[in-house]
Amino acid sequence: MRDFGYQRAHDVSGAVALLGADPDARFLGGGTNLVDLMKTGVERPARLVDVRELPLDRIEVTEEGGLRIGATVTNSDLAAHPEVRRRYPALTQAVLAGASGQLRNMATVGGNLLQRTRCGYFADVTKPCNKRVPGSGCPAVEGEHRNHAVLGASEHCVATHPSDMAVALTAFDAVVSYETADGPGELPLTEFYLPVGDTPHLETALPAGALITGVTLPPAPVAAHSRYRKVRERASYAFAIGSLAAAMDVRDGVVRDVRLALGAVASRPWRAREAERLLTGGPADAEAFAAAADAELAAARPLPDNRYKVTLMRNLVVAVLTELAEEAAR
Amino acid sequence: MTTATRLTPSVGTAHSRVEGVDKVTGAARYAGEIPFAELAHGWLALSTVARGRIRSVEADGVLGMPGVLAVLYHGNAPRVDTDHVGLLGVKPEPTTALFQHDRVPHMGWPVALVVAETSEQAREAAEALVVTYEQEPHDVAFSGGRPDAYSVDSHMPGATEKGDLESELAASAVVVDAEYTTPEEHHNPMEPHAATAHWDGGRLEVVDSNQGSTWVAQELAALFSLEPSAVRVRSEHIGGGFGSKGVRAHQVAAVMAATALQRPVRVVLTRRQMFSLAGYRSPTAQRVRLGADADGRLRALEHRSLSVTSTVHEFVEPSSGPARVMYDADAHHTANEVVRLDVPTPTWMRAPGEAPGSFALESALDELAEKCGLDPIELRTRNEPEAGPVSGLPFSSRNLLACFQEGARRFGWADRDPRPGLRRDGRWLLGTGTAAASFGAGAAPSTAALTAEADGTFTVRITASDIGTGARTALTLIAADALEVAPDRVRVRIGDSDFGFAMIAGGSMGTRSWGWAIMAAAQELRERLALGGGIPSEGITVRSDTSAAVGALAQKERHSFGAQFAEVAVDVTTGEVRVRRMLGMFAAGRIVNPLTARSQFTGGMIWGISMALHEEAVRDRTSGGHVGADLAGYHVAAHADVPHIEADWVDDPDPDDPVGIKGIGEIGIVGAAAAIANAVWHATGVRHRNLPIRPDRVLLAAAAGTGARDA
Repeated sequence: MRDFGYQRAHDVSGAVALLGADPDARFLGGGTNLVDLMKTGVERPARLVDVRELPLDRIEVTEEGGLRIGATVTNSDLAAHPEVRRRYPALTQAVLAGASGQLRNMATVGGNLLQRTRCGYFADVTKPCNKRVPGSGCPAVEGEHRNHAVLGASEHCVATHPSDMAVALTAFDAVVSYETADGPGELPLTEFYLPVGDTPHLETALPAGALITGVTLPPAPVAAHSRYRKVRERASYAFAIGSLAAAMDVRDGVVRDVRLALGAVASRPWRAREAERLLTGGPADAEAFAAAADAELAAARPLPDNRYKVTLMRNLVVAVLTELAEEAAR
Repeated sequence: MTTATRLTPSVGTAHSRVEGVDKVTGAARYAGEIPFAELAHGWLALSTVARGRIRSVEADGVLGMPGVLAVLYHGNAPRVDTDHVGLLGVKPEPTTALFQHDRVPHMGWPVALVVAETSEQAREAAEALVVTYEQEPHDVAFSGGRPDAYSVDSHMPGATEKGDLESELAASAVVVDAEYTTPEEHHNPMEPHAATAHWDGGRLEVVDSNQGSTWVAQELAALFSLEPSAVRVRSEHIGGGFGSKGVRAHQVAAVMAATALQRPVRVVLTRRQMFSLAGYRSPTAQRVRLGADADGRLRALEHRSLSVTSTVHEFVEPSSGPARVMYDADAHHTANEVVRLDVPTPTWMRAPGEAPGSFALESALDELAEKCGLDPIELRTRNEPEAGPVSGLPFSSRNLLACFQEGARRFGWADRDPRPGLRRDGRWLLGTGTAAASFGAGAAPSTAALTAEADGTFTVRITASDIGTGARTALTLIAADALEVAPDRVRVRIGDSDFGFAMIAGGSMGTRSWGWAIMAAAQELRERLALGGGIPSEGITVRSDTSAAVGALAQKERHSFGAQFAEVAVDVTTGEVRVRRMLGMFAAGRIVNPLTARSQFTGGMIWGISMALHEEAVRDRTSGGHVGADLAGYHVAAHADVPHIEADWVDDPDPDDPVGIKGIGEIGIVGAAAAIANAVWHATGVRHRNLPIRPDRVLLAAAAGTGARDA
């Protein structure tokens, strides 16, 4: 094990200053992913700046009627918050579908967004991985890729983003706030994760040294009728093989508003804008749901062992939207 | 009613573990956490190629790193003697030939040990150690069609044959011919393998986590050419074994380093290292052919199983074994074959042979029942044999049908509509399935020492291993009854090779073998005490040895039996399969401690859920190594996957055992995966013959349409 330095920050500007421009330093939130990666040698930071004590642990209703969620809010507190449960139930469901109670008590919102892929090649330092060692190759393309990406991947990397929380946040147009030495900034979550291309090691658009300070959810009445469905081979404590955050407002059998984000199919939560566009203003029936799913999934480029994901996601979209439509009709 | 002084028997009543408080308070120390003065830490470096030769181990590059004391590898390690046969009648596990040559037979082969003052320093240096290889092409691709497969004898013959298979199949009104596969599976006990070795006054002492300290001591003595009395191995608490905790690379490495440095050295495996060094269950490819008359009576039974072994050791997973016990037919052919690949050596894993074999055989029986239009239990009833199908020997007892009858009653089997795909609960299709289970019931020679102490208590000393089963408690109850005292007057000391030779915790034979030795010692001690006279301060000690008594057991078919029942829910639009309830009824001899026995049965059944739905080690063909070799990548059932599970038993005392024990360690997993797979068929109408029954398999089978009834 490599020795590393540890410092605890007490305010945002202090945290940013402590990290500085040091490429071997990392912010430490709950540590539920970073510490694992340090144990396996994937991450070897020289210094950790602990941001867990920063005063960013509040969830507040914004003037517009959305929510501002601090970066150090734990996953457990996020899921339990009454305003989250009332306004964005799919977000609560997504968070509770992830990890375990113990991990959710530790994991933070900021850290959840920045967790790394669980690709088995990425996690094993004895194997090549373009994300870990740029240019070393991607053995998953020819090897084990049953749970890898079918959308937006490249020959250089087919890893998926593992977060459940981020899928729901993506559906609801979340905006990530951050702080740098040069001042604050914002990124919509849909632009937060970079396309894979030939640079899979570059994962986010965050400026170097930036600290995530929070996530803002704009008001979205449709989100009150939302659902997160996660499919996995065991009932708990596993990453998704496919997941869906969906919200839909149906009146008189017509889709007035719809939000769809797909999980475990790409290097980022996949906002299904094409499906949303096709559905909006159209009938709320299974045929329309299937057609919208097919249109979105037309861009899928599956590998031999993950073709099932295309069928799975189509089935999920139809099943969850049908449930939401039936509830709206009641 | 008048024998007021007679105690209620302890055997047969529930007792919590005698060491339970120690374990839940952390007072119980495990092998990797027992303190030693001057302790140094070894860390194994494993090969990163799957086949080849070591060209160089650049030890000089790490010897200057902080805390590093030594680097052992094939260029400087002491020689060990692996040309012997151990307690279990087999040659030593090949990784015990540690650092003896430059050949690399598989990915994850140990190539060096770095020893340092702290575990962290040793690990850092081991991971920095540069080892270069002459890499050679490897072959890790296992499949049923390998032309280089060959038959291997193990504790049972490789092949058995009677009758003309093809003509009986041709004469059969109904034929099932199906192939089944099970993947590479790993035991992964919660406590990783760990050993500390040190020399104490010319004697080698090893503190270990193992399934038999006699076994480990004898192996280490043979490997290092020491007098048997010069080695002492202790293993007091063990966090699970399941067949994986024998003599392996880490004990040998610790002894080598302790000898070289003349100070205590500890070597602990990481979870990831365990995937290469702790053994595993081979993948299997099995073909079952059944031919029956229209009434379901078998005319032909063929079960052929192929498993993998390494290039350096012959280990066979004898999956056709259950067919030799369960069902007879005029033509009855079985075979266990292996193919040698550039992979680690597989080993015994809970119910070796029976676990994967029962999946294939009991699934095939279910398919035959469907084809014959018979209830699966009725089919088994019609094929209940009078004697061992292959041996012709009588069964010591065979209470399989009693298990089915009582199990069917409790499970509500009589109400079952046999047609598949009819029951629905929201998005879930529901189905039920059943399967039979069997596992050999044996005993092996053991010794025990029993002391009547001056204070009126008794001390048992026996080299038993409590690998989490509750063996220490079971032996306490057996000794208490044998001595006609309350259990709190009996102290059982185990896990120390100085107590004399005894059977390992394995083969479902531990408690029976040890209990027998305790019964024999207790009988003699009571005779001694009956002579009168006081007990001296050092107590009165007698020793027993059951070699003659166990050797005199008549040849019979001796087995435990069971009936497994499962109800599952399947969402064919997502591929999710969830078990809703399970029931296991067992005929497994006299049950010593119902509390821990039930845990052992349900633990096996839960493992069956994992086997049916989750467990699968994935090997990357390009590198020849695993992908996701940890408990995040290798899934077992989580709490949420374990629904209502009931295990119980019918009265089945073994008349040839002094306590009536048969052994319960392994039978809980046998048949469980088949019961679940049969329930998945009942829910969906699709036969899943490849484990695990993954979502992608369920989904694609359903999406392929109603024409596809097999997956």
